[in-house]
Amino acid sequence: MSSILQNLVNQPYQHGFITEIESDVAPAGLSEDTIRLISRKKNEPEWLLEFRLKAYRQWLTMEEPGWPNVKYPKINFQAISYYSAPKPKNKLASMDEVDPELLRTFEKLGVPMNERAKLAGVAVDVIFDSVSVATTYKAKLAQVGIIFCSISEAVREHPELVRQYLGSVVPVGDNFYAALNSAVFTDGSFCFIPKGVKCPMDLSTYFRINTENSGQFERTLIVAEEGASVSYLEGCTAPKFDTNQLHAAVVELIALDNADIKYSTVQNWYAGDENGLGGIYNFVTKRGLCKGVNSRISWTQVETGSAITWKYPSCVLRGDNSVGEFYSVALTNHHQQADTGTKMVHIGRNTRSTIVSKGISAGHSSNSYRGLVRMTPAAAGARNYSRCDSMLIGDQCSANTFPYIQASNPAAMVEHEASTSKIGEDQLFYFAQRGIGAEEAVSMIINGFCKDVFQQLPMEFAVEATKLLGLKLEGSVG
Amino acid sequence: MIYQDSRTLLAVRDLRATVNGTEILKGIDLSVRSGEVHAIMGPNGSGKSTFAKVLAGHPAYAVSGGEVSFDGGNLFELEPETRSRRGMFLGFQYPIEIPGVANSQFLRLAYNTLQAERGKEELDPLEFDDFVREKMKLLEMNPDFLDRSVNEGFSGGEKKRNEILQMALLEPKLAILDETDSGLDIDALRIVANGVNHLATRDNAIILVTHYQRLLNYIKPDFVHVMDAGRIVKTGGSELALELEARGYDWVSAEFIASGTPKAEVGA
Repeated sequence: MSSILQNLVNQPYQHGFITEIESDVAPAGLSEDTIRLISRKKNEPEWLLEFRLKAYRQWLTMEEPGWPNVKYPKINFQAISYYSAPKPKNKLASMDEVDPELLRTFEKLGVPMNERAKLAGVAVDVIFDSVSVATTYKAKLAQVGIIFCSISEAVREHPELVRQYLGSVVPVGDNFYAALNSAVFTDGSFCFIPKGVKCPMDLSTYFRINTENSGQFERTLIVAEEGASVSYLEGCTAPKFDTNQLHAAVVELIALDNADIKYSTVQNWYAGDENGLGGIYNFVTKRGLCKGVNSRISWTQVETGSAITWKYPSCVLRGDNSVGEFYSVALTNHHQQADTGTKMVHIGRNTRSTIVSKGISAGHSSNSYRGLVRMTPAAAGARNYSRCDSMLIGDQCSANTFPYIQASNPAAMVEHEASTSKIGEDQLFYFAQRGIGAEEAVSMIINGFCKDVFQQLPMEFAVEATKLLGLKLEGSVG
Repeated sequence: MIYQDSRTLLAVRDLRATVNGTEILKGIDLSVRSGEVHAIMGPNGSGKSTFAKVLAGHPAYAVSGGEVSFDGGNLFELEPETRSRRGMFLGFQYPIEIPGVANSQFLRLAYNTLQAERGKEELDPLEFDDFVREKMKLLEMNPDFLDRSVNEGFSGGEKKRNEILQMALLEPKLAILDETDSGLDIDALRIVANGVNHLATRDNAIILVTHYQRLLNYIKPDFVHVMDAGRIVKTGGSELALELEARGYDWVSAEFIASGTPKAEVGA
């Protein structure tokens, strides 16, 4: 039973998922010509081409980072094709054509009916593009002045905003993968919350139109003006497959005075087979700038997928009294590797940050927390609290914690707590002796372990995340 | 209490078990009928706790011989959780801590799992709260217990009360209480013993595993068994416990050896 479910979750590329991209694909390889081609195909303004070229030139001088605690064969960047025209997918005509096993997975995860169709690759334009959900949704947002669209659309419709903020948090030459993304990104999301507006609903990539081919170099930019607030949800709990192995996204968040951005991610990309072959490499740069006073940026992530995760959602706390938060659950199983954590850079006075990281390792996986807390000389009265807990399931996996603390202000306070625990035979026997089977026991222990993070997720996301962790671990104990 | 019309709940015949390849149980015979209270006594390392864990199905122990029937079926065909659901309860000598899992949540899941097994109605959190609080009165437990993580930071006495609370919730047919008296002060011992006495009926049976006669002042056993080197070497009534208290265990072993059991197997 458990092995069936395990297979179900980690099942390889199924016919229902195949993304047939027709012609109009650039030849493999990266050069200034490729970048000019991308920019031309997308009818981009000159400044954006310059942005890309500047990034590319910096990238050429950079080296792939060797410090993460992950191992993978060297990537041949010249073997990747950097542009393919976003043509429609080969759609299935109805839900009847979808692999029944996949439907059972959705059932188990509690994915809503209309989303199941979308995730399974069934044509859902009827639901999403017509008068229904999406349109109503967009209209409602527009009423209060919120812009929520693809970044390509934003470049066309709101170039001044994109130009002002793009690259202002993650500069083009920030790191190897961010530079690559800046040079070749094809699409992503743009979200702008004007002054004083509290976004009336959670913004979810589920509902954004035309996102299906945002590709392997996704770019997200979220700006909350003075006093604005928004909660943004990324990803979904259903397994996501992609033909592209390397994913290098960049996410930039900007919060002005008294603004509040909450960014939640549930990531369940294909992790490779049981031997760790074929999974996605997820090398992401996510950073938020608390630019204004009393601003707040909160990252919550539940990372369960990808063969390799390399990701440090960070906060730069520039405004006085600004607040940065990072709540993370990272689960690795089989041969997955995760090196994830955060950076909290305190610049403003009385800035505060909280880090709560929960790492769960099972199978032969490796799970590392890497976090930096920096108190700059100006950060008088700044405070940080970090808590990093690791849980091991079985004895073939590993968990590491790499905390870096740089305190240059004597009036700043930094607290760090860490723990490691293990789900042991005795705990499971105790549950069993009370009639509770191993899978239910593990799920209960894990949920207890992750409680502090799940509490930060929007309600329905939290429910899905709970189920997801249970599914990902089925078959790994007992 | 011994009843004439009672039925056999547990029949152990020549049970042998090993841990890491070493034989710990070397042929145990025991029969327990409904309504009875059995005490298993014996020196440290005689195999008492192993016997309790083997019955409950602890994965660290391998059964290497013998038969056990429980409530009419072959015990070894049942997974540990199934043994529990069929009415076998082990009160742990060292109850396990489960950080992050609220006691109330754990107790309710255990209770509802059993209710489902028995085809009865499961309780929602509010109903369960009323139900469990009533049971807690029996053990004079503070309701705070419900909000704390399972056994985490509990004192020795609190842990043991929590075990008996679980017994009260699950109403097992056979409760095996492994050194439930150890680590208890006099007051806690009285409370726990009262709880157990309250739960004993003519339909269930209790096996008390203990070092000391002390507990037996509160819970009167119908049978007292002495274990040594992986076997039951003597069986008597409740007066045997008093005799052990007065004379120690050595004479029992000596008598057993003298009775003609092959020496090589004793203490081997």
